Amino acid sequence: MIEIEHVSRRFGTTLAVDDVSLTLERGTITAVVGTSGSGKSTLLRMINRLIEPSSGAIRIAGQDTASLSGEELRRGIGYVIQGHGLFPHWTVARNIATVPVLLKWEKARIDRRVSELLELLQLDATVYANKYPHQLSGGQQQRVGVARALAAEPAVLLMDEPFGALDPIIRSQAQADLLALQRRLGVTVVLVTHDMEEALHLAGHIAVMDGGKLLQFASPAELLARPKHGFVERLIGTSDRPFRLLSLRSVADAVEPGDAEGRPVPDTTTLHDALADLLWRQATSLPVMSADGAIRGRITMAAILARAGAPAVSSPPE
Amino acid sequence: MRILGYMARAGGLLLLAALVFMPRWFEPLLRPLTENGAPAIYNQGSLLDLTLAHLGLVAVASIASAILALTLGIFVTRPSGAEFLPLSRTIVNIGQVFPPVAVLAIAVPLVGFGTTPTLIALILYGLLPIFENTITGLREVNPTVIEAARGMGLSARQRFMDVELPLALPVILAGLRLSIVINMGTATIGSTVAAKGLGEVIIAGLQSSNTAFILQGGLIVALLAVLIYDAFGLLERAVARRAGTVDA
Repeated sequence: MIEIEHVSRRFGTTLAVDDVSLTLERGTITAVVGTSGSGKSTLLRMINRLIEPSSGAIRIAGQDTASLSGEELRRGIGYVIQGHGLFPHWTVARNIATVPVLLKWEKARIDRRVSELLELLQLDATVYANKYPHQLSGGQQQRVGVARALAAEPAVLLMDEPFGALDPIIRSQAQADLLALQRRLGVTVVLVTHDMEEALHLAGHIAVMDGGKLLQFASPAELLARPKHGFVERLIGTSDRPFRLLSLRSVADAVEPGDAEGRPVPDTTTLHDALADLLWRQATSLPVMSADGAIRGRITMAAILARAGAPAVSSPPE
Repeated sequence: MRILGYMARAGGLLLLAALVFMPRWFEPLLRPLTENGAPAIYNQGSLLDLTLAHLGLVAVASIASAILALTLGIFVTRPSGAEFLPLSRTIVNIGQVFPPVAVLAIAVPLVGFGTTPTLIALILYGLLPIFENTITGLREVNPTVIEAARGMGLSARQRFMDVELPLALPVILAGLRLSIVINMGTATIGSTVAAKGLGEVIIAGLQSSNTAFILQGGLIVALLAVLIYDAFGLLERAVARRAGTVDA
């Protein structure tokens, strides 16, 4: 758990982060979203004290981060940045071993950990361990950057626009990989992004910042249903709202008993993609299959559309 | 192309060795350049001794230049030394702008004749390329990489030794190479103030209008400079490959 309490940061006369308080639950992904200059990166960098807070306190698992030296603190927190920042003069294996070496792990333990991580990130150790970063593709460099951040088994992973330098196809793969990895390791992820789409897709909670202030902190569904008037609303984009809402839920949520014609859709598909499928095939219903291939019912256009509106309990008071 | 390069290097080395160890071989070639039966081959000392003395002079001067310039260059690129950058740059520039001959003229009355004034001139003259390349090399290190190093928990010292310096090394070496080659040639003027070196051969030739001597001394200095320049180039490329800045 990360507790951020009344944290501010002043640069000269400007207040980059203005009295932000947030509690991030253990094992969740939280996205901090905002435009450039909103203070989102500053907030992230105060968690590992790359930037010292001017006031306020941050606690990780109950421990005040100010009670450790900055270097000690950072060795215990994973950190991934845009453009990976791999050390160009070190091999992939040496890059991944950065923090374990700083922590003076035994060589055998480091080697074991490096191969473990390469495997976890689907990089063949025999091929990649001794390559240099410039010999890798952008997607591979990004994965090595994540492996390096995870090397010392940190409980917290900070990511500053980690997918910003990737092209769209590799980016969506990298996002899917991150989700799978986070579920597997249970690490607490704080991710800074300017891309609301990315935040809605990845995060369990989203913190929207503007001008150094925290405007809203809510789950994606809540944010879509009840965005704070003004900046958050504009950031969400009201015209896409129904579709974004549908992206958050899977077919399994809307499956109903009955038969339907056509090629079945997997129940893990998002309602958004199922809707696209229905529209494209000009069908009103399609069979739904579970992961083992069994047909478990059908998904209908009406069921999807019924879930595309603002939740009844939270309709904004106009 | 690579074969040609190796052949040129081997040829240069052989020619240099012949000039230093077997100067007699060149008598038929140099004879037409002399007048009135003057000797065609330098006969006032061993060419090998002079070559070694010359190399020693340049080595000592370059090492001293490198230590001074590196220390200064590293200091002014640290946050604590940043405000000394303009001052250091001015001092180093003066070292370069002041002709070595003028430095000798000032130094001799102060420290006497011999090796010392020559070393002073060479050290001052060799500072600038190393100093400027140290600054450039350290400044050109990708800031993302340094940020990542901080984020991983490397201390300032670890960041410098493990990341910044190795990445700046190819550029620093290029400065060192330039400095050494400049000093190779400049060291010849040391002989005007009685520093032992290949300048003696050239000056002896100038004093007795013996073109053969001048050519002999000049050729050895030139070959040394070219070969050292080339060797450093190879070293730089090897270091750059290790720094991952060029493809293996």
